[in-house]
Amino acid sequence: MSLARRIIPCLDIDGNRVVKGVNFVGLRDAGDPAKLAARYNAEGADELVVLDIAASRDQRPTFLETIRRVAAELAIPLTAGGGIRSAEDARSVLRAGADKITLNTAAVARPELISETSFEFGAQAVVLAIDAKRAGDQWVVIVRGGREPANRDAIAWAKEGVALGAGEILATSMDRDGTQSGFDAALTAAISSAVSVPVIASGGAKLPAHFAEIFTDGRADAALAASIFHDDIQSIRELKEFLSARGIPVRLPC
Amino acid sequence: MKITLLDYGAGNVASVERALQRLGAESQRATAPECIASAQALLLPGVGHFETLIRSLDDRKLRAPIINAIRGGVPFLGICLGLQALYTASDEAPELVGLQLLPGRVRSLPPVAKLPHMGWNRLLAKHKSQLLEGVDADAYFYFAHTYAAIEQREETVAACSYGTEFVAVLEKENMYAVQFHPEKSGDAGARVLRNFLRLCA
Repeated sequence: MSLARRIIPCLDIDGNRVVKGVNFVGLRDAGDPAKLAARYNAEGADELVVLDIAASRDQRPTFLETIRRVAAELAIPLTAGGGIRSAEDARSVLRAGADKITLNTAAVARPELISETSFEFGAQAVVLAIDAKRAGDQWVVIVRGGREPANRDAIAWAKEGVALGAGEILATSMDRDGTQSGFDAALTAAISSAVSVPVIASGGAKLPAHFAEIFTDGRADAALAASIFHDDIQSIRELKEFLSARGIPVRLPC
Repeated sequence: MKITLLDYGAGNVASVERALQRLGAESQRATAPECIASAQALLLPGVGHFETLIRSLDDRKLRAPIINAIRGGVPFLGICLGLQALYTASDEAPELVGLQLLPGRVRSLPPVAKLPHMGWNRLLAKHKSQLLEGVDADAYFYFAHTYAAIEQREETVAACSYGTEFVAVLEKENMYAVQFHPEKSGDAGARVLRNFLRLCA
């Protein structure tokens, strides 16, 4: 079972630009999506995620055009999300060139969206994105781009999402996101142990050791990060060499 | 040489198209039986559910033209579900009949590991392969599937191991198929597609 652990850069998209923020606020411009996509593709990224953080109806055509431009640069899988509220929305994103969609707020509001999209496009195309925040000895689901708590336990929601047909979970720690203090290994391990599908850890990455920890203690199948790659704090190649040297299976770029 | 991409509505045709473009190959989409009869080379990209694929092929009356083309010697490449469709049937939709160009049924991978089998995995070489010519033995390919052809026969040139061994690459005369997504597998995947284009020439 030599499935490589995946390193996934994430582009937060506002219209046709990549933006960065801390704890989902205070956005700064971080460049052209297609240029960054081409760079990560060449540097050995295993997959790319693009998220429409504006997720407004007016901006939709611009985001779809961004997906097209990004997909044209990639020879690796592309996941796109943000503002997907129906199977129709999902179809337009997949047609634009994404291989998978992420569902978040709209799935919390109407969980059948998971089964509808999974039936139509296959479980492998449906990623349930869960933004989780610690509350005592558990984690609660936060929706609307990190702004609003939903009355749901994150672990229970992950299980329900998988039962409905999600093929993967993207678990973002709202406590760690933007802090660069390391992934939330406890959250990721709890979700990974609770579900039978791959789990992508997100939020808090900075150092190579953070990635090593999330793949071992955190039981993550993939790890996602944004600004540390955009800002050249961490090169994907060096990160993978670091992980490989510690016996974590990764796909090393040629 | 122009590659005819079988477009049954749900497949990931656009990404295969882009991958072929990057290699300088011409392609066209086929949605009607007459396009298949005149094809020089056929490619069946597949993603999603076995039922969707088989029903779409039948609704569009593409089944017989595809079978005739392959039997008539037209080079064929099946990707992911496009490999699974070649078999008699699949446990994913047990009431439906596959293209029956290969015996046996497609089954679910055992639930001993996380499913779908999603991510980058390596191959186990079984026989000399034309599709894998020039590909490093330890190269990774991108997989995204739950069902697989588990019985290996002489046409299995490479397998993959995930819970159990399954068919990753098969070659039988003019019929080629891969369980992974070459269009999503970086340089190694591009090499596989380039090898197929060379076999078509």
